[in-house]
Amino acid sequence: MFVEANPERCCGAGMCALAAPEVFGQDEEAGTVLVLASPPDVEHWEAVQDAVQLCPSGAIRIVMSRVDEQPI
Amino acid sequence: MTSTVPIPQGIPLQRVQPFDPPTDLTALRDERPVSRMIYPDGHEGWLVTGYDAARAVLADVRFSSRRELIRSPISLDVPPQRLEPAPPGAMIVTDPPEHTRYRRLLMGQFTVRRMNQLTPRIQQITDDHLAAMRKEGPPADLVRSFALPIPSLVICELLGVPYETRDEFQRESAVLFDLHIKAEQRQAAATKLERFLQDLVEHKRAEPGDDLLGGLVTGSDLTDEELTNIGLLLLIAGHETTANMLALGTFALLQHPEQMAALRSEPELAVNAVEELLRYLSIIHIGPMRAATEDVEIEGELIRAGESVTVSVPGANWDSARFPEPEQLDITRRATGHLSFGHGVHQCLGQQLARVEMRIAYPALLREFPTLGLAVPAREVPLRTDMAIYGVHRLPVTW
Repeated sequence: MFVEANPERCCGAGMCALAAPEVFGQDEEAGTVLVLASPPDVEHWEAVQDAVQLCPSGAIRIVMSRVDEQPI
Repeated sequence: MTSTVPIPQGIPLQRVQPFDPPTDLTALRDERPVSRMIYPDGHEGWLVTGYDAARAVLADVRFSSRRELIRSPISLDVPPQRLEPAPPGAMIVTDPPEHTRYRRLLMGQFTVRRMNQLTPRIQQITDDHLAAMRKEGPPADLVRSFALPIPSLVICELLGVPYETRDEFQRESAVLFDLHIKAEQRQAAATKLERFLQDLVEHKRAEPGDDLLGGLVTGSDLTDEELTNIGLLLLIAGHETTANMLALGTFALLQHPEQMAALRSEPELAVNAVEELLRYLSIIHIGPMRAATEDVEIEGELIRAGESVTVSVPGANWDSARFPEPEQLDITRRATGHLSFGHGVHQCLGQQLARVEMRIAYPALLREFPTLGLAVPAREVPLRTDMAIYGVHRLPVTW
């Protein structure tokens, strides 16, 4: 699985960085989401799913392959 | 739809137990999680009490936060300008793209990493206040000695507000949050707070300093009016919320000795305990409020354009479909996903700061005061049913 983020939709709540810190970070200046690891390690999959569920603005999502990539 | 639960006239606030949501609210949720509600001004709007429906409303941009569109679900003596569009910078009562512009200027200041970096300072502030409380007591009022000053000092430092002025600030913001206050008194308090922030912005223009407001003065093109309203919002939000969580949360732990003992013996449970206390206490007991800008169907109910919607955080956080046995305070449960910081693009900007403060403060209090207990019978603890944010007015404790 791969993760995608759309910093334009991000509202900087930080839930992804809190739930899955190995996979998501926040830009130091803008505070917007950064993808740190895609594909994430299997051991972080559950945390990634939590992060997607917790994101208040729908700025991150899981895609099964890079072929599926489209703008969020 | 037939319903045995009557349509509420304004949001139910009457509580039977200090920690349980009003029973009228939970009965309504179990029967009709998206319900009609008659607003105090006679408007036939909606009250959303179910978890899924609450999330759906808060995430949906067709529901507006604009001040001139939303209605209060409680009878308030409000000054008439409440119904006018928000002044520049009052971002919680605006929609994108206006909201986005302000929020983007602040987001970088409240990241998880930045808030975690405040840990040593928050620990120091907490330790100082606990030492002072020990010197003065027992007994002590936990609100005055611990719950209010810690978040207050932290937000003052973060923003660059001289701490000496906090008493005046706290007095006026308490008036603003009192639901029974007269319109003139509320207006007077709002004017004083605004002047307080105007003076501060003026001071920051002259000497910006290494703090959030100083950074906004030098690093953005915000006007003084915008800076004043943003500062006011952050200062009020940083005070009233965490303070009530700390005091009401301590009261809840004292009333659940097995949970308190677990947290005391395993301080690393604090991360989880904070989420559960946020869920269980749901101190934002009135709103968030929205207004539909077009017809939207939520769980089979058609909400028409222009109709007001009030979301109940206690209702949603005590929805057994999402959190089994919601009436059980269980600091080991998975409570993340609660709506205590809201949902959608307005979700609390300061939530990571609040988390760090609570993760430090609760375990420190329990560690420093191993025999902490109430100094009065529990039923005599004055509850903030009369305030915009729930909690306790005072929490007399002994040790």
